[in-house]
Amino acid sequence: MNTPVAAPVSTKKPQDVQKEDAMWLQKELISKNYTELATARANNKKVSATFVPGNLNELLMCFDFARSLPETNALQNGMRKKSGKMIMDAERDGQSEDVCTYVKADLGMMMGGEVGPTGEVMPKPDVLLLSYTGCFTFMKWFELIRHKYGCETVMLHVPYQGEGKIAPNMRDYVVKQLKETVIPTLERISGVKFDIDRLRQYMRESAKAEEDLVKVLQSAKNRPSPIDGYFGAVYYIGPIFTAFRGTPEATQYYSMLRQEIEQRVRDGKGPITPEGEMGEEKYRLIVEGPPNWTSFRDFWKMFYDEGAVVVSSTYAKVGGLYDFGFRHDPDHPLESLAEYCLGCYTNLNLPSRIDMICKYIDEYQADGLLINSIKSCNSFSAGQLLILREVEKRTGKPAAFIETDLVDPRYFSGANVKNRLESYFQMVKAKRAALTGVH
Amino acid sequence: MRCFIGIDLGSTTTKAVVIDENQNILGRGITNSRSNYDTAATIAKQEALLNGRFYLFRQALGSTKALNGALDGFIGQLERDFRLEQYLEQLGDLEQTCHRSLATAKFGDSTKAVEGALGEVFRRLQGEAADLFKPGAKRKSDFFRDIAGSQYLSIGETVAKEAGTRYDFLLNVFDRSIIEVENRVYADSIRRHLLAALERTFVALPETAARRTQVEAPIKGILDTEMEETYVVGTGYGRARLPFSKEHIRSEILCHGLGAHVMYPHTATVLDIGGQDTKAIQVDPHGIVESFQMNDRCAAGCGRYLGYIADEMNMGLHELGPLAMKSTKNVRINSTCTVFAGAELRDRLSLGEKREDIMAGLHRAIILRAMSILARSGGIRDQFTFTGGVAKNEAAVKALNELVAENYGKLTLNIDPDSIYTGALGGATFAWRAVTEDGKVAENRPN
Repeated sequence: MNTPVAAPVSTKKPQDVQKEDAMWLQKELISKNYTELATARANNKKVSATFVPGNLNELLMCFDFARSLPETNALQNGMRKKSGKMIMDAERDGQSEDVCTYVKADLGMMMGGEVGPTGEVMPKPDVLLLSYTGCFTFMKWFELIRHKYGCETVMLHVPYQGEGKIAPNMRDYVVKQLKETVIPTLERISGVKFDIDRLRQYMRESAKAEEDLVKVLQSAKNRPSPIDGYFGAVYYIGPIFTAFRGTPEATQYYSMLRQEIEQRVRDGKGPITPEGEMGEEKYRLIVEGPPNWTSFRDFWKMFYDEGAVVVSSTYAKVGGLYDFGFRHDPDHPLESLAEYCLGCYTNLNLPSRIDMICKYIDEYQADGLLINSIKSCNSFSAGQLLILREVEKRTGKPAAFIETDLVDPRYFSGANVKNRLESYFQMVKAKRAALTGVH
Repeated sequence: MRCFIGIDLGSTTTKAVVIDENQNILGRGITNSRSNYDTAATIAKQEALLNGRFYLFRQALGSTKALNGALDGFIGQLERDFRLEQYLEQLGDLEQTCHRSLATAKFGDSTKAVEGALGEVFRRLQGEAADLFKPGAKRKSDFFRDIAGSQYLSIGETVAKEAGTRYDFLLNVFDRSIIEVENRVYADSIRRHLLAALERTFVALPETAARRTQVEAPIKGILDTEMEETYVVGTGYGRARLPFSKEHIRSEILCHGLGAHVMYPHTATVLDIGGQDTKAIQVDPHGIVESFQMNDRCAAGCGRYLGYIADEMNMGLHELGPLAMKSTKNVRINSTCTVFAGAELRDRLSLGEKREDIMAGLHRAIILRAMSILARSGGIRDQFTFTGGVAKNEAAVKALNELVAENYGKLTLNIDPDSIYTGALGGATFAWRAVTEDGKVAENRPN
């Protein structure tokens, strides 16, 4: 596991769209994972499927599983404009219009012969690891696909941070489940014996990558911000929140990304957008809620065309929260995995989410908060207006609310979103002018 | 003189407001948005500037006291005469265009007969023109397309019958010509029309002719004053089509907020219900928007909802409110979907509910929807200003008053009769602020 990997260089650089070098590399990593999944059977590898928030990637690697992440599959299909048909297929199969569109895209992909985002056929999983971290749809999702695949499911129940903190008994409860249920099940299915030192080694890699990622995300505290902490950050978080956390490739990727971003800071440069360097930074925003994937580029363009950069977003913390100090700890491997699951963004209660957003507004000197509420997300859309009001009240900064969807292209009304965003940017400008005494 | 102009390009109508250096409203103009926003913007602006000239005439004539006591009558007559002059020129233009359209039409042997009929139709249209602009004459609308169109249809039908030609040939020619005429801008003719109208007015009101010199001098003085388009700000759905740079464009949310503040300086919450959207806006004491919410994904509960219901009931849009006011009973109608509301309406009718009670239920449904958007935006604060086309509907206002009182207690509800111009007024005020407070100069003055 200590084999050093050569410094990665990307060979896939189409000319029509601009990305940072690290972004191209990220794309390659993600597609590499799809190839690994597609060839898993041929290579005699077992396959696991698990969710992104608070995932147990290091643990799964200990059992040599190829790792599939259904939300990532759905969003990759969304970005590649494939999700619309999948969702309609799932609806024809009996799923209602209001069901989470990640779920429907996944079910639709299954109905279409499991052809994944890259065109390769995805294998049937051997195990579904259901780590339940705040999103109640997860349980129903795996219930549905367990029925379809007929494979084993192991559940890790992560207690909700209802009180806004992780109590010792919550951590003990998760560790107990890991020891008594999750690890024995994974051992049995994979046929690989659990080796805690192997886990520690992966975690050492994780901690290094996490340190670099935090530096990258916090670089947005600079003016101008060298990154977009939402549209750009979704590329940055790709490897660490999916199948790569704990691998040397990920560590290398984040080290390279950090160097690249630090150079941008030294050069006083703003973020790279698909159309090149962003112009003058006019608005610094915090965003709550995932992006829309089916019109990702159009959506981003509405921001950078107006000089709006997202300096921090809660979505960039969806897999795990590192910027307030958490790192995977090889000295306490199971406890640290438990804390990771317990601390991920989806497992936070409303007051904690509000605190986090207010902190971001202050630390990143943001002009305000924008909430992109997801039409089909029943877990997280609830309470978002409350968050908005409270953040407005506490920070005195203007906030706005728009609605789109994750991967259902029917729910992205470009003209309306643009209209609201432009109004919001102008509102921020007017408010800023009013504060300095000019209307 | 320096003029600050706001133009609001709505989905149905385009509005413009002109203010002066002291933020007095000089003029307002409105036109149908057509399919051509550039022309709509130009015409609305021109109408507002013209309306501004009349305002200035009134001011100048009022201060000289040349028409003591007869000022209102004189200005009214002058305006009607001006509209008549304008109408006659457009009619002449339409006639020529129709003849050109006829030349390319494929009417075969009938062409000659249609040409004769066309000549007769326009002769009668010219003959009836003056009556349309008589004092107290009722016109369906002030837009040329509507006035000339309805006259053409009724006269055309008679003439076609008398001449034994096909009526649909006449309609075809009209349809092919009206858009061209409608999209022509007659800015150069305004002075000429005003002077010609002045002569007509002196004939119509002989007692004013006696004071010709005292009356003519201030009017000509104002005609010679350039109304400089110092700064123009555009807003509304068509704003991206405006021939201005980005600096001159503001979102309609900001414009509505500021416009409502200018109309009622104590405004804290604004509700605007337009054709396709409902906006709830919170403004600070300077008219700066603090937060806003709009209907998402669906436009049920907006003005079009009423338009659809009017069609279903085979009634005019303006008849709905008065009918609903006669209601004596509450009938619940859903507000989630316009088409479903139409189905519910027929269902209630079949159950024997009275039309007026159903209408009142529909108005309440719209306002319930607005109440939810208002709640999302942060609730209703005192004072509360209601704008947009639906604010003219008394039944909607009644429902709003009731629901506000139930949910928020007693508040001041402001409704301006010119609330349709709120967005344009906000735009004009932004233009004024840009120049007087930020020292901006127009980078791109549209023609």
